[in-house]
Amino acid sequence: MSNESENDLDKINNELSEAQADEQSDQYLTFFMAGEEFGVDILAVQEIRGWEPITAIPNSPSQVLGFTNLRGTVAPIIDLRHCFGVESASNESESDSVVIIMSVMTEKGEKIMGIVVDAVSDVYNFAKANIQPSPELSQTKQAQYVKGLGSTKDKMVILLELTEQLIAESDVFPDRQLSVG
Amino acid sequence: MSVDLSQFHQVFFEESYEGLDVMESALLNIDISAIDDETINEIFRAAHSIKGGSGTFGFKEIADFTHVVETLLDLIRSDQFEMKADHVDLFLKSVDCIRTMINQFESGVSCDLEVADELKAAFTVLLDGEGAADGDSNQDGLSSTGEPHDPQSGADGWQIYFKPELDILRTGNDPVRMFRELSELGELSVVAVTDGIPSISDIDPESCYMAWNLTLIGEATEAQIDEVFEWVVDDSELVITPLMPIDGQETNSNEDELTAPTPIEPDEKDEIIDKEVADVKQSETKKLVAKKEVKTESASIRVGTDKIDDLINMVGELVITQSMLEELGKEFTIENLPKLMEGLAQLSMHTRELQENVMRIRMLPISFAFSRFPRLVHDMSKSLNKKVELVLLGEQTELDKTVMERIGDPLVHLVRNSLDHGLELPEQRLAAGKDEMGKITLNAFHQGGNIIIQIIDDGAGLNKERILSKAIENGLVSASDHLSDDQINDLIFLPGFSTAEAVTDISGRGVGMDVVRRNIQELNGSVEVESTEGEGSVFTIRLPLTLAILDGQLISVGEQVYIFPLVSIVESIQTHDQMIHRVSGGCDVLRLRNEYIPIVKLWDVFNIKPKHETVEDGLLVIVEGDNIKIAVLVDDLLGQQQVVIKSIRENYRPVHGVSGATILGNGTVSLILDISGLIKLAGVGRDTYKKINDANDTEAA
Repeated sequence: MSNESENDLDKINNELSEAQADEQSDQYLTFFMAGEEFGVDILAVQEIRGWEPITAIPNSPSQVLGFTNLRGTVAPIIDLRHCFGVESASNESESDSVVIIMSVMTEKGEKIMGIVVDAVSDVYNFAKANIQPSPELSQTKQAQYVKGLGSTKDKMVILLELTEQLIAESDVFPDRQLSVG
Repeated sequence: MSVDLSQFHQVFFEESYEGLDVMESALLNIDISAIDDETINEIFRAAHSIKGGSGTFGFKEIADFTHVVETLLDLIRSDQFEMKADHVDLFLKSVDCIRTMINQFESGVSCDLEVADELKAAFTVLLDGEGAADGDSNQDGLSSTGEPHDPQSGADGWQIYFKPELDILRTGNDPVRMFRELSELGELSVVAVTDGIPSISDIDPESCYMAWNLTLIGEATEAQIDEVFEWVVDDSELVITPLMPIDGQETNSNEDELTAPTPIEPDEKDEIIDKEVADVKQSETKKLVAKKEVKTESASIRVGTDKIDDLINMVGELVITQSMLEELGKEFTIENLPKLMEGLAQLSMHTRELQENVMRIRMLPISFAFSRFPRLVHDMSKSLNKKVELVLLGEQTELDKTVMERIGDPLVHLVRNSLDHGLELPEQRLAAGKDEMGKITLNAFHQGGNIIIQIIDDGAGLNKERILSKAIENGLVSASDHLSDDQINDLIFLPGFSTAEAVTDISGRGVGMDVVRRNIQELNGSVEVESTEGEGSVFTIRLPLTLAILDGQLISVGEQVYIFPLVSIVESIQTHDQMIHRVSGGCDVLRLRNEYIPIVKLWDVFNIKPKHETVEDGLLVIVEGDNIKIAVLVDDLLGQQQVVIKSIRENYRPVHGVSGATILGNGTVSLILDISGLIKLAGVGRDTYKKINDANDTEAA
């Protein structure tokens, strides 16, 4: 699943635009991280891209990989796998990863960011009744992104609601105070 | 057909502010001993269009007040009233009052009429006094709208014949709306004259073939009726006749004429005012249309058509080049290589030109920022009892709109300071052998890629002893410090510094100069002061022409490429052992020409892997920000280039030590370093900086 060819990406992008056309449906784009399937609201997704080189942001939290050039706009790239404490499926190279460009609602309006996942899977329809909250997760740090669990006939998807917590101010500063005697 | 007028409100506000500015500057230019008719006319026209606009848009309070102002202006205009100096002040106050009212309407607050009523009363006193003094001179009957002798209650009503032009509906004027307005003035009966309507086959549905006979019963004045028809009067036949003869000042001959409803008569009667209205109205309508197109949600910008034409030309060229290249690419052979190169060179030239011209659109002459100063100086010099002449130079110097908006407040602050602290009282000036009239010069000019704004006064200059003693008193420097003159002058920009003996409402609270400096630095600019005691001071502000593009120095650390703003770089050097001193506590300092500069290792503060970890192997770029110099260790200097600044806050959040980002030629993102942020990030405070230099001074001694 982790090796998406260009054609596959095109196909998914097409499906994406079709799905977005129908605004009534509650559709989710699902993707894989460490073998687990996650879903995000498809209306927030703008496009899916392959891996591209990024520019590191100084002292950024570990999940923020850096900035990328999104057709002239500077957008941060977040490794969602870090947020959930899972390992990348393919450890050899990040270039196998896929970047989902999506808009995240924050206090200061919508922000465009890319989230890095192992692979994109499918588009599912979930009726509201089929989405359950996930109480057992509510105590953990990751829980803030989990909206609920969606179930289809044969599988279960963790539905995410991404927030500005992804880029919250938690820069890591090495201890380097200048002390002059 | 009804038009939602509220969509034009913003335009009206903007137009009115402009009108008020015109009034203000004209008022300030009035030479009381020789009043220039054109100036008065200018003020009158501005007042009149504000009145007209506010009436149309339903801002009754503004219309009423402006009407009174206009009335007096009209008397002055027709030489029936002599203007004196204190009248100018009264008018200036009215300008402020109207501005406040517009402001209140704009922000949706209910109008505070207290000031307006006071001023109105003052005007009424003037008008009444005038009416008593030479009421006779008003008998010519040609006097225009708003004369005080307009019949107020003499008539029981008015008979109005109104026949608009065929295309009245196309100009956006709706007779029904006018009638509705009229009906607010009294009891209105409307009889349509349908004689002009052609047979159905000839009817153009967008034309108005009707005429109306209107009877208005009530205490409305002719002026009020005129106002309703103000926008259409010169395209229509309009006859306004009083229903009953009027007693009072109005002459009989005039009334006789009026009672005969001939279509020619009103032209005669309203001749003067009509011309004015027509001029103002036409230009205004044009502006309305033009501005509506350019208008964006929050702000609009007025661009000269020449600039737009240039752009269109350039885009045309670009299209031609593009199609040439496309043609070339279709059947490309290696023989065509020179052609291709030529085409690409052309393309890059056009792109550059296009970029320059697009940037020019955002440029406005600095007179927009300067224009508020004549009034400010006028008011302040009065309250301070100082005599001041204000000289504005280089008003046509162009500056980016955003920079202009943000430089306004610092400029006001500096000018106030010069007036309050710089210039002496007339007696003091005479005693010092100077002209009792002080002089403040605002000068703007371009220098390199920067714009320089200078505020020059010929006052007392900075008092170095007082600054120094004040700084010592406030603990900003210690008594043992040896400071150069420049350094002493620079102290006034420190937070918490004020030498004003008394806190006035103008300045002296000790917040100010540091804010000025910070504001200017936020715009990537700098401010300096030079001063000669007894001769005056010069404040020099240096600003980049635009905020969107920056001259950058590309540097590399490890695999990353960063950009220093070129203006912040003092110099770049390769070091050797002797120049580096290790101060206890692990901080390296660079000794450069008797100055000690803390070394900041970029790889360390940014937590990245460099090619060279030690100072000796890399290069030091000495940069200055917040008046602190630091030497930044980098791996390599790359090139210098202009970069387009992209916001990182738009999709992320502020990052310490980084002011923005740009996209390099190869498509990758590169971060632009923020020197002040970098200094903070490295933990080099002003205290540390001073301590290092102190420590080394003693060490050296």
